[in-house]
Amino acid sequence: MKRTLRTLLIPLFSLGLFLAGWHFFAGTVETALGTFPTPGSTWSAARDLVDETLAEHQSRKDYVTRMEERRERHETLQERRRKRAEERGREFTPREFRAPPYSGKPTYPEQILRSLSTVFFGFLIAIAIGIPLGILCGMNDTVQKALQPVIQIMKPVSPLAWLPLVTLVVSSRISSGDDGMEVSFVVSAIVVALCSLWPTLINTAAGVSSVSEDHLNVGRVLRLPWHTRVFKIILPSALPQIFTGMRISLGIGWMVLIAAEMLAQNPGLGKFVWDMFQNGSSQTLGMIMASIITIGAIGFLLDRGMLLLERMVTYSPAKG
Amino acid sequence: MNSTTVRHLLLSLTAAAASLFAPLRADLLPVEKQSVTLGFIKLTDCAPLVIAKELRYFEDEGISVKLEAQSNWKVLLDRVVSGELDGAHMLAGQPLAATIGYGTEAHILVSYSLDYNGNGITVSNKVWEEMKEHAPALRAETPEHPIGADPLRPVVDRMKSEGDPMRMGMVFPVSTHNYELRYWLAAGGIHPGFYTRTDNTGQTEAEVLLSVTPPPQMPATMDAGTIEGYCVGEPWNQQAVAMGIGVPVTTNYDIWKNNPEKVFGVTKEWAEAHPHTWTALTKALIRAGKWLDASPENRVKAAEILSRPEYVGADEEVIANSMTGTFEFNPGYKRPMPDFNVFYRYHASYPFYSDAVWFLTQMRRWGQIREDHPDAWYHQVANNVYRPDVYRDAMAELIDDTDFEPERFADIGFTAEDLPETDGFKPATDDFIDGRTYDGREPNAYINSFDIGLKTEVD
Repeated sequence: MKRTLRTLLIPLFSLGLFLAGWHFFAGTVETALGTFPTPGSTWSAARDLVDETLAEHQSRKDYVTRMEERRERHETLQERRRKRAEERGREFTPREFRAPPYSGKPTYPEQILRSLSTVFFGFLIAIAIGIPLGILCGMNDTVQKALQPVIQIMKPVSPLAWLPLVTLVVSSRISSGDDGMEVSFVVSAIVVALCSLWPTLINTAAGVSSVSEDHLNVGRVLRLPWHTRVFKIILPSALPQIFTGMRISLGIGWMVLIAAEMLAQNPGLGKFVWDMFQNGSSQTLGMIMASIITIGAIGFLLDRGMLLLERMVTYSPAKG
Repeated sequence: MNSTTVRHLLLSLTAAAASLFAPLRADLLPVEKQSVTLGFIKLTDCAPLVIAKELRYFEDEGISVKLEAQSNWKVLLDRVVSGELDGAHMLAGQPLAATIGYGTEAHILVSYSLDYNGNGITVSNKVWEEMKEHAPALRAETPEHPIGADPLRPVVDRMKSEGDPMRMGMVFPVSTHNYELRYWLAAGGIHPGFYTRTDNTGQTEAEVLLSVTPPPQMPATMDAGTIEGYCVGEPWNQQAVAMGIGVPVTTNYDIWKNNPEKVFGVTKEWAEAHPHTWTALTKALIRAGKWLDASPENRVKAAEILSRPEYVGADEEVIANSMTGTFEFNPGYKRPMPDFNVFYRYHASYPFYSDAVWFLTQMRRWGQIREDHPDAWYHQVANNVYRPDVYRDAMAELIDDTDFEPERFADIGFTAEDLPETDGFKPATDDFIDGRTYDGREPNAYINSFDIGLKTEVD
């Protein structure tokens, strides 16, 4: 009982201290757009976001009603057109009513989902490349030495430097509006992949190369085929480290995504923050702060999610 | 029968006769695309696009439009060219520059001019104080307008002598703001710089260094001291006043009364693949333009709509100033400027060839166009880019629609009077801050008439 109280109270207390400090600090900083957002103004910005989401849902319902009204009006007008054609002695071709699709704005939750789906897609690409390559590097020293320079040079490159090249290549291969994925989605995902694949690759290689010699010898003695060796001996042993790599990759991918969205205007949370900044309104700072907190919270949840997954899938010697 | 009845009878007979030969209009145009994405920059003159969407004029044509804010003019043009955007709010110079191959190359077509005027030139508080030191007339509570660039001369000279030339911002190398700022500086005897083969920042021989900043970042950039002034559209001049960091000294209405500002542009490929959609979009924009100029109440409503975060997003009070016909110069000094934004009056939405030619002459004047060209070349480019035929088609549809469905067009209706009688060239005008005359039919003579600027050797 005492322990639960402690694990609960200490974070709560420090959170309270943090909020108080934030409130005090914010009051002293004046920017061109108003005072730095306080916890209070951030909270009201968050409430505004909820209101906007609800208003948008209402607008979608209204759209359905409005299309019905348009359809009826269209039928009435068809009559008028027919009469007019008769009067002028011309042929009348009836035209069917085609409702234009809904074109409202995405709600805040939808933008979050959009960012999440982009980061997952990029993450999947990253692990699809990183894990096999990492296994190869871990198992074979020559491959490891060969890839080392490439990895070390590409690793520190910022997503913002990749963006122009990736955008140019992707837009020359696919064009938006076709059935299939949008250019901006693919560009963001690829940039995420390029930047977040390195931790997975390096950690996988490290995990694989540190598989115990004894276990490897068993494989040799039994003359197991390579795929059995990989899936039954190497991977399970290296899994914890692979997961560590994946967790880091996901975290980096999430950061990179927000930056890429801001720079290349790809729809999502990053673009939302940038648009708020461009508005320069009195609401702007509160909105940006609320978005920052959302971004942080999601990053935290992603990390915890990966940790949970890891615990479910790996065998931990400590558990016995 | 009295003469009025006879006249009405004759008119209706003519209309009836004409309609026998006219195609059966007033039916929904068979649009090729029902879902269209248009780009815009956060400036108040994207208003016709926003109003056409919010008042459901696009929907009336059977098209649903997504309006996507872009971060800067370059990204906007690139995305139109790549097809991610079907069309966009563009600077009047962009389609021309793109078509002649200056910057991103693409053949862009213009069927609609979004507005006239709407820009201001703002300087920092420090520069304004210095200008007042040298020009006592500016110290009045309500100094006389228009203010030329002459009072800026001593400031420019001082900064030059200190080895740190004055820097000003504009939004894009082929933007109206660039040409207007240069025109204003040159009219005051200050050299704004040339573009040359080796210098595409336009700072050769410049006494004031001009550089590019996206509109929403202008106030912050000036506040940070990176630039000492800028030329930009609204609300970014009034925003500087609201933030207390600068003073607008003039507007482009003062530089050239009723100058073309933004247009609606699409690529040639898109237009050829979607002709009916293009006409339908133009129809909706014409209705929106007319609504915006129809009454002051509409302008107030427009300011409210534009202040929404997905559109311009700036505070409503800041937008309302210029939208409703006042402009605040030094804080507290508001001058009435009913024509600060003109969307439809004076046939502002019609794409006149002479407007296109003016931009081409300024591109030649400052060296963006490197070679001399005969007058016919200028007219040819204008013909290739500006498409008044599409505007006329759209207007014909609207006139017929008004006749067919008067209920829908009760507040904003269209008649033959909405079309200007023109061959595409406006008559010669001298409504410029320096009193020079511009005649679109003689571009080379015009280019050679300036004191500061490149000269051509064509007659």
